[in-house]
Order: sequence, then structure tokens, then C-alpha cells
Amino acid sequence: MSDRKNDSTNDLSTHSLSNLDLETPEKPYLDSNELIINMGPQHPATHGVLRVILKLDGEKVLGTECVIGYLHRGVEKIGENRTYAMFNPYVDRMDYCAAVSNGLGYCEAVEKLMNVEAPPRAQYIRVILTELNRIASHQLWLGTHALDIGAMTPLFYTFRDREEILKIFERYCGARLTTHAFRIGGCQYETYAGFEKDVKNFLTFFAPKIDEYEALLTTNRIWLERTKNVGVISGPDCIALGVTGPVLRASGVKWDVRKAQPYANYSKFDFEIPVGTNGDTYDRYLVRMQEMRQSMRIVEQAVNGIPEGPIMGKVPKVIKPPVGEIYHSIEAPKGELGYFIVSDGSTQPYRLRVRPPSFVNLQALDLMVRGALVADVVAVIGTFDIVLGEVDR
Amino acid sequence: MAEDVKTPAPPPPPEGEKKPTAEKPVAAAPATPAAPAKPAVPAAKPAAPAKPAGPVPMPWTSPMVEKYRSQYGSGLDPLTYLGQNYLAVDRSLIPDILRLLRDEEQFDYCVDITAVHYPKREKPFDVVWILYSFPRNERVRVKTQIADGASLPSSVPIWPTANWLEREVYDMFGIRFDGHPDLKRILLPDGWKGYPLRKDYGILQQDQEWVQINLGIESGQ
Repeated sequence: MSDRKNDSTNDLSTHSLSNLDLETPEKPYLDSNELIINMGPQHPATHGVLRVILKLDGEKVLGTECVIGYLHRGVEKIGENRTYAMFNPYVDRMDYCAAVSNGLGYCEAVEKLMNVEAPPRAQYIRVILTELNRIASHQLWLGTHALDIGAMTPLFYTFRDREEILKIFERYCGARLTTHAFRIGGCQYETYAGFEKDVKNFLTFFAPKIDEYEALLTTNRIWLERTKNVGVISGPDCIALGVTGPVLRASGVKWDVRKAQPYANYSKFDFEIPVGTNGDTYDRYLVRMQEMRQSMRIVEQAVNGIPEGPIMGKVPKVIKPPVGEIYHSIEAPKGELGYFIVSDGSTQPYRLRVRPPSFVNLQALDLMVRGALVADVVAVIGTFDIVLGEVDR
Repeated sequence: MAEDVKTPAPPPPPEGEKKPTAEKPVAAAPATPAAPAKPAVPAAKPAAPAKPAGPVPMPWTSPMVEKYRSQYGSGLDPLTYLGQNYLAVDRSLIPDILRLLRDEEQFDYCVDITAVHYPKREKPFDVVWILYSFPRNERVRVKTQIADGASLPSSVPIWPTANWLEREVYDMFGIRFDGHPDLKRILLPDGWKGYPLRKDYGILQQDQEWVQINLGIESGQ
């Protein structure tokens, strides 16, 4: 450990050997200097191009600063220059792990602004696809988060099973990731023959797989050591920092937009909001595992109750919402995803603001890693489940 | 490039066409605290027949709003549109109103802060705070108009989450927030010139000088 001392003079070019004060008895044994290091933007554990400037004292984190914007594409500006329907595919490119959720939020916001509603069958299809997407997003999170911490196996398991969801997406709309599954006023496509069977098959296939993931991690001693009491955040702190989604629920705040202000037809389904108690990385893991189970419950109810009928509501060919503004938000896999749209009565939004959950959640990183070790920063970035496409837009 | 910039429409009704009748009786009334609730209710009725083709914002009445209306009078215009409530607030009242909503009305979660640019208006920017209250399960928006170059008090002391949100408003619109701990660009590079979400900033426009210096290429296009 005594070589740690040399850190204080690590810029050797400015020191000739004779300048080095080799006798420093008054200094404490474990003295070290503050060190600023860059993590990212090209770093596998930052899940994209996130740059975190870490201020360290040895292994201890004294402070962080996030540098974001590397993936900024000006989505909001693009929205102002496209018609409402033309902008729809762009939202898939924000949180590309949960493109269906993004599309649902956008379509519902515009529908609300136009005062139209999607027909019941479309609502059911929307809920099924959105919840399947939530499972897929959580699977991707679990695989990569565990990989960051050093458990490689879950990645293969989750990607193997996520494939089954992507196959359903692909058969439904031709795309696996950027689905563009919904249209303003309903759904893009009628379901294919065998859609319901595929979804039911997936449910029976997937139920034991969650147990498999849990068998790998939930009582795994290394996993517990790496996640328990790491990145702790309290419920009031979450609220003050605007943190939503599983992170908020793991801190004991039982709040989910699907329950608090139901949208689509979520009020018809019976499901629970899993909550944690400690607000640490382990609780966030447990909450997301439970959320996958709850999503399966919703999908099961939806696929059994899917009614016949049209999939598109009465929407004019040219979408021209009346003058006015609307804020509509949904519970995306990462938290509250909101759209604030101002219409001037033309075919293009006058202003389109996206309230991305990842962007706001990421702000809590500093609070959560202060005083922790460098290795925990990796765990905490993973536990947020951020997608940089959404942070930067 | 010029045709890409949309010609801005006249400002939406909440600012321009709000009915002065809806608030004058209230502004005159605050001497008797019990009275203001009454004139506001009949005021809602004449607004209904004047409905044009689309829906228009209607006066929003609730005990909370009445309390502040009697306190602040005409500086505050509570409206509701498509079931969503918002307060159009005079710039001078912003610090008070935001603080009151947080401390007294339990709007403890600042969902979003954003702005809208109306270049033809005398005060070209609308700044919008979207708030949510966990105890009340209620959303409200606060809107104010400010002039180009004017600043607003930062709400970071009220909601810490405002930090990045205000930085983004500054980054995209150039609106400054006084007292913000670290007001600098967040999504665009620090040296960038111009504010992209202003209406006079074309969609293909870039800071060519920045691109040439930092990326070493002639043009970003």
C-alpha cells in the first residue's frame, strides 16, 4: 500500500529524483491525493456514451459529474419539423430498448390532444406489446447489469429468452427493436394469425425462466456482496430528484403511473406494484424481477380478454389537432416518460417536449455514489437502467 | 433552409384571449375573503357559449386556486384544458407561486421544466413547470411569459431535480436562471453558439465554426 504514496507525485516529468522528498515522516501512512479520472465515454459499463468524471480519493468517490449529449440528435427539433404521423417512428429511437413504450406514450399524447381514443381491441394489443416490451427491457437490463458486476451467465440466459419476445414483435410488425407498432388512433397492423398462441406460449415458456435467473443471482453470495447497501437512495431523495420507475419503487414509494393515473386500459387489469425497502441496488434488482412477473400477469389477462373489433379509431387522414397543449405520461420500463405537446392547429407540433425518465434519473448518480468505491459506480450506473439514446435525445 | 422554420401561429388562447371578465370581479373582491369563490363560478358560464370549433381553455376553479386568486388577484390565471389544469402566472409572482405550490400544496415532484418560443410575441418565451403531487395524485402546470434576455429565479432550492432541467432550457433556449448552481450547456458542447430550439434556428443550422475547429471538417452537413 505504501506505493499509493507515490500518487501524490505521479506526474514524474516535473520531478527529478533529487526533488523527491523521500523522508516524509509527518505524513499519515495512507495519505493519497485527490485524483480526477474519466470514465467513458467509451466504456463498456456506461451502457452507451456516457462520460462520468470521477473525483477520487484512492478508491473512494468524492464526487462525480456526468457529461452527456454525445448522442444528441435534436429529437425535439425534428418533431417540430415533421408532421405528427411522420414523427412517430422517431420516438422509437430514443429508448431503443423499449420502443413500444415510447410509441404508446407519443400516440396517446396526440390522441388526447385530438380528443380521440383508440378502440378496445387496439388498447388490448397495445397493452400486450407494451408489457412484453417491459419484460424485454428488463431482461436486457438484467443481463448487462449482471455482466457489469461480473456475472456473465445471466446475459446468455436473458438474451436467449428475450429473443422469443423479439420474434413476436418481428412477426407482428417486421421490426425487432424500433418497432413503430402503434399509429395515432390505434395500431399499425392487425395481429397475425397465431399471435395469441405465440403470446400464450411465451408466457408458459418464460414463467420458469425468471426462476432460473433468480436461482443464478438472488442468493448468490457475490451478487449480494456487490449489490446490498450499494447506491442507497431514500424515497424522499428520489422524489426531490424526480427519480421515477423501479428506482423510486425500490426506495419504498409505491407509485406507478399505470396505477396512479391509469392510461390505455390498465385500469382493467389486476396487478401489483412491487416495492422495495432499502433503496439499494439489490432491492432494485428484486423490484424489477417482480415487475417482470407482474407484466406477465397483465399480458395473460390481456391476451385472454382481447376483444374483436377495429384496430383504428376515427382519425382523419391529415392529423391536425386543435390549438392547445397537453402533457401525457406513461410508465415506461425506466420511469415516467412524458410528452408535452403544443399544437398551433397545423399539421406539425409547434413544440414537442419529451420528458425522458433516464435523463432525470441519471441526476441521482452523484448522490448515490458519493462515498462509495469506484467499482460501485459501475453497479450504480447499471442499476439505473439508463439508455443514452433517451438521455441525449 | 428558411422554409424549414415554421411560421409561428398567433399565441394560443390562454395568453391572448383570456376573458378579462373572469378575473376582474375577483381582483376587486379580495377585501372579503369569502366572496371571491362566487364570482368565479358564474364567470365560467358565459365562457361556454363562446366556444369556437375546437375546445378552449376554461377557467379552473378549485379551493386551492381561489385562495391564491384572492391573494394575488389578476397576476394569476387558472385555466383548464382537456382536463389538465394550469396556472398562467405573471413573471413577478413566479418565485412565490412555485414555493407555495411546493410547501403548502404538496406539489413535491417537479416532473419537467421546459419552454416554448413564440418569436412574434412581445415576451417571446413561455416557460412551463410541470408539477405533480404524490399526496394529492394531481398534476398542475405553471406557465409564465418572459422577454428575450430576461431571467428567472432558479427552482433548484425548491426541487433539486430542476438542476438538469433548467440547464437544458438554458442550452436549448438561452433562458437564464438566477441562482442556479452550475448553469452551463448540458446536451450541446460548451463552446456552441446559438440556441437550437428557438424558432429562428433552422433545423439544418449548425455552429459551423465549432464544427470546423473541433471536428476538423468543413461542415457538419
